[in-house]
Amino acid sequence: MELKDKLLSSYVAFENDVDTNSDIHEIRSKAFQNFEDLGFPTKKLEDWKYTSLNSVLKQDYSIFPNKDNGIQLSDVQKYFIHDIDTYKLVFIDGRYSSFLSESTHDTFDVCLMSAALIKPKYKAVIENYFNKIAKKDNLTSLNTAFANEGAYIYIPRNIEVEKPIQIINFTTGSETATMLQPRNLIVVEQNAHVQIIERHQSLTSNSVLTNSVTEVFAAKDATIDIYKIQNDDKNASLVDNSYIEQKSNSIVSVHTFSFGGNITRNNLNFYQRGEHIDSILKGITIIEGKQHVDHHTLVHHIEPNCESHQDYKGIFDERSTGVFNGKVIVDKEAQKTNAYQKNNNVLISDRATINAKPQLEIFADDVKCSHGCTIGQLDNDALFYMQQRGIPEKEGKALLMYAFANTVLESVKIPEVKSRITKLIADKLGVNIGFDL
Amino acid sequence: MSKYTEDDLEQELKTKEYEYGFYTDIESETFAKGLSEDVVRAISKKKNEPEWMTNWRLEAYRVWEKMDEPEWANVNYTKPKFQDIAYYSAPKAKPKLNSLDEVDPELLDTFKRLGISVDEQKKLANVAVDIVIDSVSVATTFKKTLGEKGIIFMPISEAIQEHPELVRKYLGTVVPTTDNFYAALNSAVFSDGSFCYIPKGVRCPMELSTYFRINEGGTGQFERTLVVADKDSYVSYLEGCTAPSRDENQLHAAVVELIAMDDAEIKYSTVQNWYPGNKEGKGGVYNFVTKRGLCETNAKISWTQVETGSAITWKYPSCILKGNNSIGEFYSIAVTNNHQQADTGTKMIHLGKNTKSTIISKGISAGKSQNSYRGLVQINARAENARNFSQCDSLLMGNDCGAHTFPYIEVKNKSAQVEHEATTSKIGEEQLFYCNQRGIDTEKAIALIVNGFSKEVLNKLPMEFAVEAQKLLEISLEGSVG
Repeated sequence: MELKDKLLSSYVAFENDVDTNSDIHEIRSKAFQNFEDLGFPTKKLEDWKYTSLNSVLKQDYSIFPNKDNGIQLSDVQKYFIHDIDTYKLVFIDGRYSSFLSESTHDTFDVCLMSAALIKPKYKAVIENYFNKIAKKDNLTSLNTAFANEGAYIYIPRNIEVEKPIQIINFTTGSETATMLQPRNLIVVEQNAHVQIIERHQSLTSNSVLTNSVTEVFAAKDATIDIYKIQNDDKNASLVDNSYIEQKSNSIVSVHTFSFGGNITRNNLNFYQRGEHIDSILKGITIIEGKQHVDHHTLVHHIEPNCESHQDYKGIFDERSTGVFNGKVIVDKEAQKTNAYQKNNNVLISDRATINAKPQLEIFADDVKCSHGCTIGQLDNDALFYMQQRGIPEKEGKALLMYAFANTVLESVKIPEVKSRITKLIADKLGVNIGFDL
Repeated sequence: MSKYTEDDLEQELKTKEYEYGFYTDIESETFAKGLSEDVVRAISKKKNEPEWMTNWRLEAYRVWEKMDEPEWANVNYTKPKFQDIAYYSAPKAKPKLNSLDEVDPELLDTFKRLGISVDEQKKLANVAVDIVIDSVSVATTFKKTLGEKGIIFMPISEAIQEHPELVRKYLGTVVPTTDNFYAALNSAVFSDGSFCYIPKGVRCPMELSTYFRINEGGTGQFERTLVVADKDSYVSYLEGCTAPSRDENQLHAAVVELIAMDDAEIKYSTVQNWYPGNKEGKGGVYNFVTKRGLCETNAKISWTQVETGSAITWKYPSCILKGNNSIGEFYSIAVTNNHQQADTGTKMIHLGKNTKSTIISKGISAGKSQNSYRGLVQINARAENARNFSQCDSLLMGNDCGAHTFPYIEVKNKSAQVEHEATTSKIGEEQLFYCNQRGIDTEKAIALIVNGFSKEVLNKLPMEFAVEAQKLLEISLEGSVG
């Protein structure tokens, strides 16, 4: 059975499980209808020109995986950032694991979407924010149709969350192929501050397809830092759709570290609805084999005096392919916008491919917008210099690549995350050095 | 660099309307509107073409019939009704002339008003002019001088008669009939154009130029240009366009093919000033052009364009860098004002080793216009040590216009070095203030700054064109800053 048909029939089963007499379900039904009309994206769509999901969609995914899983803390501990205290929202095969999680309702909510969608306490927030900025495109609609579980984070005014929040989705591989559709909502009120670390991890080599949607709202003066760590098994594919709306004076940064997975597609969308907003989008991609990472970013400057900074670095080895499609739209009213976009890539192998499309659409005249995109190699002179001084070629190359990616790492605010990423980069490059020479 | 002074500019600026908007009343022979296989056959017959040519056109027509108009470009317009266009029009009784004196005096007068005095050019500018009025060439000069060098430069319809082996060998090899909607349409119905062949080792002694004009209301113009530079030869080809003012939209779908063989160099320059429509965006020419060049080993193709006219511009002069060490260049200025829309750029396809390409694109948008750069840089897996540098700068004037950049970069070789940078800005208040302080009024200051902004591209134009282009830039932007 085709995946689309399977999803269509699964929806009926899904409706038996959830309350169908609610506003939420109306949203789901509409989204479902939308997906039924649109189907899965194909390469004929401009947005999917360089990424084909065909091979991924062929798998026979289980839409509602087994409930039983005997996951112990020791099995998964290495995937946590465990050297600091954090709140944790852990989902195993799409289901919340209270045993591994550490949630809170103290002064703010770090809890479950499934609860937030039905409990009256959360009704106002859900009504105001749920599915408000998520696009009505095919994969987001599909997620909305099945939206039930995920992270729900609500930070009221003036609260600085004292420790980071980790959102981790594990797949156990209890089925030969699993499809997950987590749905997250993050609302940060005025002058509040939160740091979030997000990770998707498959525990076996069985196929996984994750179609995740996250909506983030940053009210006035709010600060949000999001770190996405993508270092999954080579049979796990991810489509990560993030939608971020910012109000005046807010600062939101998203760092995406793509080191693994089969096909990874990041749709990162920023909407600036206020003045003096700063949006920061950064990413490091280091992949090999037949891996494919596609970064699709959108920054929509709607009001004046805002800034956006994008910096994406990519290193591609073997037969991997990288895609960068960065779009900046500056509306007519958005005068004095300062939009900056940079994309640098290094190809290590002749069979690796990079497709880049840095796109600017500008309708205001008093703006500073620039983008730069380069594709090149490591500096042979620098490598030679290091070799002369007794640093072996492999380590020398690793150092150069680390230096190349370092502009992105510099702005990571949690030291433990930074050292974890540094370690991942060292693993990825096959060297045993700390880089903090 | 020119005799053109600021007073001249002031005069120019006072004539706000499109100055070349006049209409020459020459009795034309025009086919009934509409397109079918019969019309294609009739065009072919009219031109007395050999059978292979007729079949070639028919093949293109059959392909075209099945194609859809491209809709991906960032432009909005009412689509032309293809059955509402007359596909052939030519000044009646094509005169066979040896000297200019025999040319219809009315035509000569037209040229004078366009500022191209044929006889003057003949004497002074050392330019051979192949003038095209409504698709059929009526005057060709300097043919003899060129003939001595073995250079063939003639209307393509004549070339089909006189050098069928050359035309047949190269026509459609760079832009196949099936390439795209407009190329297929052009292949089926092209009425005339130019053919140029430079033999081995010959350096063309003069700039070759063709002036195109659209005349005769409701006529589409379908030019076909084929330039073949044989081994180790050089040619610089200029193309300039002006069109009279018309209310109904006119369609222009040209195809230009360049072939640069081993060690050859082709420099192709265009100044395009088709009627852009009036201030409300009514009328104006639709310009859907396919231009492509093929470079063999060590060859070089350089496209330079100054685009100021047309209601809609859809144009991507491209280079296929097939041979090792070949070079492709693209220098462009696109100016849009009022309601004009331009979606233009280039494609650089790197196939050979050590191939290099340079792209410099300057977009200037004013009024309510939309200006897009769309480009592709493709480095194929076997293109070792390929090098590309792209720079797209946009200048926005006023708050109702838009500038867009759609660069596509596809790299499959690790030794490639590709750089792309784009900036968008406006004319700084400080820059204007600086000029004002020194007694340069705002309008002139803008002209000065725009010229400076475009200098990198203007410098690439041959002298005669640079003067004309500079003038055009200023006229096009007149009144855009309040």
